[in-house]
Amino acid sequence: MALHCGRACRQYLLHLAHDNVDFRLPEIKALLSLRNRPFDTSETFNEKSPFWQLNGLSEDDIRSVMSRTVCGKSAFELWGHGTTTDELRMSLLEYPAENMAPYLQQNSTYKINVYTFNKTLVFKDSIEKIDALDFLPFKGTVNLKAPEHIFCLLEDYGSDPYEIPEEPFHMYFGRWIADGQRELIRSYSVKKRHFIGNTSMDAGLSFIMANHAKVKADDLVYDPFVGTGSLLVACSRFGAYVCGTDIDYNTIHGVGKASRKNQKWRGPDENIRANLRQYGTESLYVDVMVSDASKTVWRKTAQFDAIVTDPPYGIRESTRRTGSHKDIIKPPEDFSGESHIPVSMAYHLSDIFADLLNFAAHHLVLGGRLIYWLPIYRPEYCEEMVPLHPCLTLISNCEQTLSSHTSRRLITMEKTKEPEVEYVRVFWVETPWSKDEIDKCKLS
Amino acid sequence: MKLLTHNMLTSHVKGVTKGYPLIIKATEVKVNELEFNAQFVSRMIPKLEWSALIQAAEWLGQSQDLPSALIPDYENDEEFLRKVHRILLEVEVIEGCLQCPESGREFPISKGVPNMLLNEGE
Repeated sequence: MALHCGRACRQYLLHLAHDNVDFRLPEIKALLSLRNRPFDTSETFNEKSPFWQLNGLSEDDIRSVMSRTVCGKSAFELWGHGTTTDELRMSLLEYPAENMAPYLQQNSTYKINVYTFNKTLVFKDSIEKIDALDFLPFKGTVNLKAPEHIFCLLEDYGSDPYEIPEEPFHMYFGRWIADGQRELIRSYSVKKRHFIGNTSMDAGLSFIMANHAKVKADDLVYDPFVGTGSLLVACSRFGAYVCGTDIDYNTIHGVGKASRKNQKWRGPDENIRANLRQYGTESLYVDVMVSDASKTVWRKTAQFDAIVTDPPYGIRESTRRTGSHKDIIKPPEDFSGESHIPVSMAYHLSDIFADLLNFAAHHLVLGGRLIYWLPIYRPEYCEEMVPLHPCLTLISNCEQTLSSHTSRRLITMEKTKEPEVEYVRVFWVETPWSKDEIDKCKLS
Repeated sequence: MKLLTHNMLTSHVKGVTKGYPLIIKATEVKVNELEFNAQFVSRMIPKLEWSALIQAAEWLGQSQDLPSALIPDYENDEEFLRKVHRILLEVEVIEGCLQCPESGREFPISKGVPNMLLNEGE
């Protein structure tokens, strides 16, 4: 496979992590869109594969994507690829020597890694594969500790762990450009966070949400169901100024019962602002308020660059399973009496999404995005259940399975039209989960 | 509560049509030093109701030398942007309340956090 290119049409290879598989493509597309670049790939593109070829991009585009992605592990400048070693070799021989030369200089150091997906190689085999590449004009010296240039041979042995082929289905060789931000999943782990709640969002997913939302530096982001602020923490990491509201006084003020196993009450440094301080983004904290999302406190012309949120999933009566459409929401069992919630709790789940979409239509900037989780009862799910709005375009709908019959879907919508009239509810949404199913979502 | 937020808040008491801006009655105000970001301030200025910002600054005794109307070409005026940065983000109401100008209903601010909840029927 030929890769004849000038600077402008280099090919890049993205190596993606194998979790949150459905969330990867919208994430990469959103990050490319931040650079006004389209997602352009080969005809043989397989979304489930861990290796994606990207065309029509610059190295800066790639570095920019990698500086944000938590789905992408590494990116490479693709020098050759093929389905057999001969094809790979041919492809590499066709790659313009002048494009290789700057990285193979005599006075430079390098290292070649071998990465195999769905197979473990013994050391001897890895060395053999590297030796097989010695037709390439490497003039520099090998330095395994701190090489100037890193190259990688990546091999795809398919996706079936029980049927691992002798030879890989596909091989790629390229120059390593950058790693993604998967380290954030560890460093921002909720386990180490000062202030958490029962429903604090997992770090990886928070960053994926911030990426789907195309959050960028100097944006103003709002979360109307902010809880302990996990989503704001992620958005602030990417330079956005953040604000949130929640109906629960205790959570907003960081008081009341603690969510950690060995802790009874929350300490003085447990609130959303403290979380941002923990990660060095306190300067991006705007405000949090106690407020009921169904009764908006914002003036008509107030606008946000993005709305990123995880609305309450609600509790259904056991009548759900008999097909009844009655959706009565009971207050959660751990509802504290000191919580200062004076209003009635009959906020139907479908109302939450109707209000959310209406709110987004009025309070997003044009081109701004709404990202939220939609709880789903899988046996009854159909696409029509995803709420729609005349001013918002559905960008993506990614499922995270939670059990055999429950999942939640991360919905991304973009405001593409200003509202002309005050829209009323335009759809009906099934509400799916029992209290047990909701509890399973909570942090243990 | 910062004045950037206050500028976007309105009274949602039932039946109120002239609920903006909410009157600030502060008993404790803090001024923090916050990293100046010209880009962010420039981006926020078009979103603001300028007269409400001036009014809020006056309520807090912080109006200093802010102009009563937006100056043209503010994006390039660093001195101006720094003043706006200070009033939008550095001045915080820690204790006090926000009052609906039409109904008189008060929303308390405690530890910097406004409580905008209404009772049933309000």
